[in-house]
Amino acid sequence: MEAIDTSLVDWSRAQFALTAIYHWFFVPLTLGLSFIVAFMHTMYYRTQSEEWKEMTKFWMKLFGINFAIGVATGIILEFEFGTNWSNYSWIVGDIFGAPLAIEGIFAFFLESTFIAVMFFGWNRVNKKFHMLASWFVAFGSNISALWILVANGWMQSPTGTEFNMDTARNEMVSFFDVVLSPTAVHKFLHTVSSAYIVGALFVVSISSWFLLRNRHILFAKKSIVVASVFGLLAALFTAFAGDNSAYTLAKDQPMKLAAMEALMDGERNATLYAFGVINDERNNDNFTGISFPSMLSLLAFRDPNAFVPGVNDLINGNDEHKILSADERIEKGKTAIQALKGYKEAKQNGDSASLENLKETFTENYPHFGYGFIKDKEELIPNVKLTFYSFHTMVLLGLFFIAFFAWLLYSSMKNQVTKYRWILKLGVWSLLLGYIASELGWIVAEVGRQPWAIQDILPVGVATSHLSSSSVQTTFFLFLILFTVLLIAEVKIMLTQIKKGPKPF
Amino acid sequence: MKRILDFYIDGFRNMSITSKKLWLIIAIKLIIMFGILKLFFFKDYLNERYDNEEQKSEYIINELINNKN
Repeated sequence: MEAIDTSLVDWSRAQFALTAIYHWFFVPLTLGLSFIVAFMHTMYYRTQSEEWKEMTKFWMKLFGINFAIGVATGIILEFEFGTNWSNYSWIVGDIFGAPLAIEGIFAFFLESTFIAVMFFGWNRVNKKFHMLASWFVAFGSNISALWILVANGWMQSPTGTEFNMDTARNEMVSFFDVVLSPTAVHKFLHTVSSAYIVGALFVVSISSWFLLRNRHILFAKKSIVVASVFGLLAALFTAFAGDNSAYTLAKDQPMKLAAMEALMDGERNATLYAFGVINDERNNDNFTGISFPSMLSLLAFRDPNAFVPGVNDLINGNDEHKILSADERIEKGKTAIQALKGYKEAKQNGDSASLENLKETFTENYPHFGYGFIKDKEELIPNVKLTFYSFHTMVLLGLFFIAFFAWLLYSSMKNQVTKYRWILKLGVWSLLLGYIASELGWIVAEVGRQPWAIQDILPVGVATSHLSSSSVQTTFFLFLILFTVLLIAEVKIMLTQIKKGPKPF
Repeated sequence: MKRILDFYIDGFRNMSITSKKLWLIIAIKLIIMFGILKLFFFKDYLNERYDNEEQKSEYIINELINNKN
């Protein structure tokens, strides 16, 4: 078998990253705005006020535009799985199959059925049923996200499955272990709550724009109150869920955690950096920044004295803390691969006596399986600078959102939201910051776990199909054009509707 | 059943120009995705090359045990 050229892997990764990033422009707005619309619809149902009705209709219209343009953009990711990542798709097939089938049957069905009632239902269906349809759309969208994130969570921390040596596929042995794995749960909670922030910032941004132009004043002020309450709760919860994610990372993906904090040499009372500049990736001392002693140990292990392994500990090993070196794990990975090879040969030769022993050797070393494909242990270190800066920018923006929503809510309560024009200008631009934070979160999650397609089991270099890198480049640019056109169409249609504004109360 | 059908027919018939534009975008997008991209650029790698699950397993096992990456 020929070796896969690295440019193919890089182009396949770039293509997946491009489509995922573009797809994620549409998704958080759908997830977040759907609940805001459902809340406004409930307020209309309860009060029968024309103000709430127009607010619901206006935000529902913008939700609809985003939903229509964004719908099915995620399917392209599935195309890529089958074409560019065929080895990976085969190996994880059963695990992805179940959550994605549930997503297709239940969540998407719920979402697509009730979205018609939501949009066509004005004056046509019972008001209560119409209002409930908005909630079903919101829950349907979020349940869709649940199954996708469960599948992603499994890639970050494979659990509840067994590798079948006869078929080379992972098979689910516990559905609940897969769905309720701490990684999947925290990933879902952190991701959807961050999407709610984007939804809230979208409302704040457009409402601020109206206020700056002295248009739809009452509408904009009321919208800002709803969005700032929703956004504040979401931002606080995102911070809480993010903290839990870091706790699971310390156990399942210590290299990612070390990269996020640019921690090169592990230490007790490990320092957490609010922000800083990395001068030398391989040395803790060459780091300039604002720091909080012992905080990283506390956040990662709930113990300020705990030892947090650094990149160098994970590569060179650490006997005191029982951390295997990369070389040891590579050897174990090779043993697992040899056992798989021996198992195949024994099966062909009818040597049933050896099968059990080989299976035992394989199972024992399977947690290190992917390391057997690693040629240079440096490959095991993700891009530390990109992971660190992405993570810390995301966290700082997250803290800013908490303060910003709190300020908007406070000034709204005092009826002073229009007092400072610069705050409104910041409000307009805050949506961009929300998107930046949201996309950076994915960069941390995915770049920080490189080289793995499946953590510790399958590196990206083995997960790809044998395609020519030029064919992947071609489709990369096709997607770039397609998604850019869709994004321009969305922005253009949105801007037209925003300029029209809601009907005056 | 007829009421449900009428609900959808009425809904589509009375859509605004923007909504009609959006449906057109959805249709064009789906045609591009399934009629062009999936058909010509994103064929399933394993399905294209192997007829059954056994052959696919064999191929993947060989990929794993002979990988020179």
